[in-house]
Amino acid sequence: MAENTAKKPPLLQVVDLHTSFTTDKGEVQAVNGVSFTLEEGKTLGIVGESGSGKSVTAYSIMQILEQNGHITQGQILFQGNDITHYSSKQMQDFRGKKCSIIFQDPMTSLNPVYTVGNQIMEAVLVHHEKSKAEARDIAINMLKLVGINDAERRFKQHPHELSGGMRQRVMIAMALASEPWILIADEPTTALDVTIQAQILELMQELQQKLNMAIIIVTHDLGVIAQMADEIVVMYGGRICERGTADEIFYHPAHEYTKGLLRSIPSVDNMKEKLVPIAGTPINLLNMPKGCAFCARCDNAMKICLEEVPPELPLPDGHYASCWMNVVNHNYVEEPADE
Amino acid sequence: MSKYLVKRILLAVVSVFVICLITFFAMNAVPGGPFNSEKALTPAVKATLLERFNLDKPIGQQFLIYMRNMLHGDFGISLKTGRDISGTLLECFAVSAKIGGIAALFAVIIGVILGALAALFRNKWPDRLIIFLTTLFTAMPSFVFATLLLMVFCIQLKWLPVWDASNRSLVLPVIALAAYPTAYVTRLTKTSMLDALSQDYIRTARSKGVSTVKVIFKHALRNALIPVITYVGPMLAYILTGSLVVENIFSIGGLGKQFVQSITNRDYPMIMATTIFLAVIMVVMNLLSDILYKVVDPRIKLD
Amino acid sequence: MDTPKKNPFSLQIDVSRFEKATEEEKRQQDVMSESTTFFKDGMRKLMKNPLAVASMIVLILVIGTIIIAPMVVPYGYEEMISVNGKRDKTAKNLGPFEYSKREQAVIDEGGSVFPHIMGTDSQCRDYFIRVVEGTKISLSVGLFASILVLIIGVLYGSISGYLGGKVDLIMMRIVDIIYSLPDMLIIILLSVVLNERLANSNNPVIQSLGTNMVSIFVVFGLLYWVGMARLVRGEILKIKNNEYILAAKAVGAKSSRIIRTHIIPNCISVIIITTALQIPSAIFTESFLSFVGMGVKAPMPSLGSLANSAREGLQSYPLQLVFPAVTIVLIVLAFNLLGDGLRDAFDPKLRR
Repeated sequence: MAENTAKKPPLLQVVDLHTSFTTDKGEVQAVNGVSFTLEEGKTLGIVGESGSGKSVTAYSIMQILEQNGHITQGQILFQGNDITHYSSKQMQDFRGKKCSIIFQDPMTSLNPVYTVGNQIMEAVLVHHEKSKAEARDIAINMLKLVGINDAERRFKQHPHELSGGMRQRVMIAMALASEPWILIADEPTTALDVTIQAQILELMQELQQKLNMAIIIVTHDLGVIAQMADEIVVMYGGRICERGTADEIFYHPAHEYTKGLLRSIPSVDNMKEKLVPIAGTPINLLNMPKGCAFCARCDNAMKICLEEVPPELPLPDGHYASCWMNVVNHNYVEEPADE
Repeated sequence: MSKYLVKRILLAVVSVFVICLITFFAMNAVPGGPFNSEKALTPAVKATLLERFNLDKPIGQQFLIYMRNMLHGDFGISLKTGRDISGTLLECFAVSAKIGGIAALFAVIIGVILGALAALFRNKWPDRLIIFLTTLFTAMPSFVFATLLLMVFCIQLKWLPVWDASNRSLVLPVIALAAYPTAYVTRLTKTSMLDALSQDYIRTARSKGVSTVKVIFKHALRNALIPVITYVGPMLAYILTGSLVVENIFSIGGLGKQFVQSITNRDYPMIMATTIFLAVIMVVMNLLSDILYKVVDPRIKLD
Repeated sequence: MDTPKKNPFSLQIDVSRFEKATEEEKRQQDVMSESTTFFKDGMRKLMKNPLAVASMIVLILVIGTIIIAPMVVPYGYEEMISVNGKRDKTAKNLGPFEYSKREQAVIDEGGSVFPHIMGTDSQCRDYFIRVVEGTKISLSVGLFASILVLIIGVLYGSISGYLGGKVDLIMMRIVDIIYSLPDMLIIILLSVVLNERLANSNNPVIQSLGTNMVSIFVVFGLLYWVGMARLVRGEILKIKNNEYILAAKAVGAKSSRIIRTHIIPNCISVIIITTALQIPSAIFTESFLSFVGMGVKAPMPSLGSLANSAREGLQSYPLQLVFPAVTIVLIVLAFNLLGDGLRDAFDPKLRR
């Protein structure tokens, strides 16, 4: 696939990423062979429930995993360069300047003892040879850009003096202060009120167009994904279940888990239908089953699902899915021989 | 904030009052008046003495008189030396405050540095060495450590002079007093440093591309120091208590030595005055460190 | 790109493998992590902690020595060494495993003399048995004081936490005041007073313990429980407001059952850990007071008073200081490390 488009490498390409954590109960494989591609200016959504490895994937890209976490296999290519081999100095340059991240909880993600302005200025000063006054102007402009009124006053305030939505705006301002190519948003709206959620998402879309950046949005909320994403990756148990364009995933889901997810959300279309929750509990990463991670909760599980991990099969329209049901139903397309 | 301040100061005042109450009535509970142990006095002389010291009045009134005098800085006179107690106390306090102050500074500075180092080199040898030493020192009573210091450096190695009135080196007493607080501050700093390092805002700082050194010294340490401030009050109390033995071991004429001496001498007014004086210092120090804590942590101002 | 290992077409399709899996087969896949009880899991963690295990071994050895040594060593802690029924005044300040002239004479004649493992003190008493006895007394003081703190603290804290409201407010103000009192000063003060007041008492308990000991216990009973009371109250308040207690109440569980099955198990780890850490602090206090000369009544030894009396002969017989000092450090260290280990293993707040 990617090898064929030789002219310009994609902005970010994750290839067969494996990330594990060393715990006292053993090695936990949090991400187990994840691959996807992000093009310039596009939005990629990673969906999954807690423990599916979606956040770990995001943190692996930034290399901000906890001390016991490490990438064990695979490549992360930024404009064709494998950043997994970067030195810590190179990574410092990558973080913030090439790729920024905002987190789920804006309450705890800002340092309580420094002013908002100080923290935004820091993001500028780390990457650019600018004077304090210049950094201050940039920071105030960023605050205005993310829609904070009275930016000069807010600049001097401490995080606890701001509301949750405002803090998330500050986080975005800080993340974008060095004009990164990619913004990773890790559950950016989960901790916020519903009305604020919509505002933050709109803000992100608006800024994406202004600054022409790519966004990776990590969430469990299919509503957020539907609003934002061009491409979607669905994860379960550290693996990708299926990936493809937003339309493909929403209208032609090809993995039992995705189908389950879509059945479990209310929408105007299925108002009269009964919502169907996915039975069972999320998988325990310490005891991964031999076969498909989802088989224990899957209504259509087959004997092969228990024994063998389904391969990723190409479906029509750039859609990929890892589900044995596609083999049974012959939905997949043949790939060229060299693949 | 101001509500907290008022509450906290009120508590301190009540504490001081309770201490005075306990001390006064405890001392009065000692059987026999202060003049019973002396040579037999004629009833007339005794009566005059009792009147002179207000001892003929009911106990409640005596307490009030004592409190009133105390507030004017008058603790009465020592039974043993006949000298004015407040003068003696201030003299001794100057000595104790010097040693204790140096010990406290030492403990905070060295403790924070070692604690930060231990957190930085977590599970590597510097961490293990520091934690081994601090565990050892938190298990060693100050009198054991002081005596060991004396034994090793003054008697065995003869590096430093002992009991030398002219050339009193403060090195050993300060080390003896500072050992436990230093160890405690080290452990406290390490714990709160690790706690701070696991916070989300550290992840944010890293994700901005801030260098590791700056993440630690700008973002983590400042937050980690907040709990250390709360320990400053108890630390000063510990140092003052520790000075009871350390000053005796090194023969330093501070408050601690004075206190122990007055107990040995059964010098009740002196015991009473020293207890109240020490207690007031401790309560005030605790009050100050609590207030400082609130000042340093910007989050508190909201409530 | 993640290439499938086999081309699905070339796969020899075994139709039976594409049959629907039964519920039971699926359930087997749903492997849960091994379920353990809180206690078992905590013990496993504790046993994995080398420092905690070493501390337990040290404490067992110390306690074993306290029990066995008096049976084996033929000397009393308060008697002068005597040879053939006569007091041996030459057995003064002997070094470890040294014999006095008269003892040497006995040995030369073929008799046997039990060795003085730690030598003797300035009053010709076997130092080993004195250190053992001192350890016993220091440990008992620590233990009893901690139990006292435990009882008062838990009662006070749970009453305050359980009743709540105004009662709680007043009870906690009292705790605040006691908490801010300088404990060591009050102990010393009370010792002075009680010493005078109880000096002529004929009460056998006071006679045998000494007034200082009594005042230590009185002060522990009066002052040291506040930390425990605060902790227990905090736990109870937290538990009281927890959803699962509400849930238990909602399904009609009786108060006694809630206390038994929810509140006690949740408090117990905090209580045990605090008690384990209270023991060394009590030993510290006792040895401190003994050192200042306000501790146990002579000739009864405690580790602190032994260290204190060793000060006089520090220049010539430093080992007399080293033995009790090392013992204190060892015991306090062991309790501290064990307490830390217990906290790491059992404190639910630290568990993930």
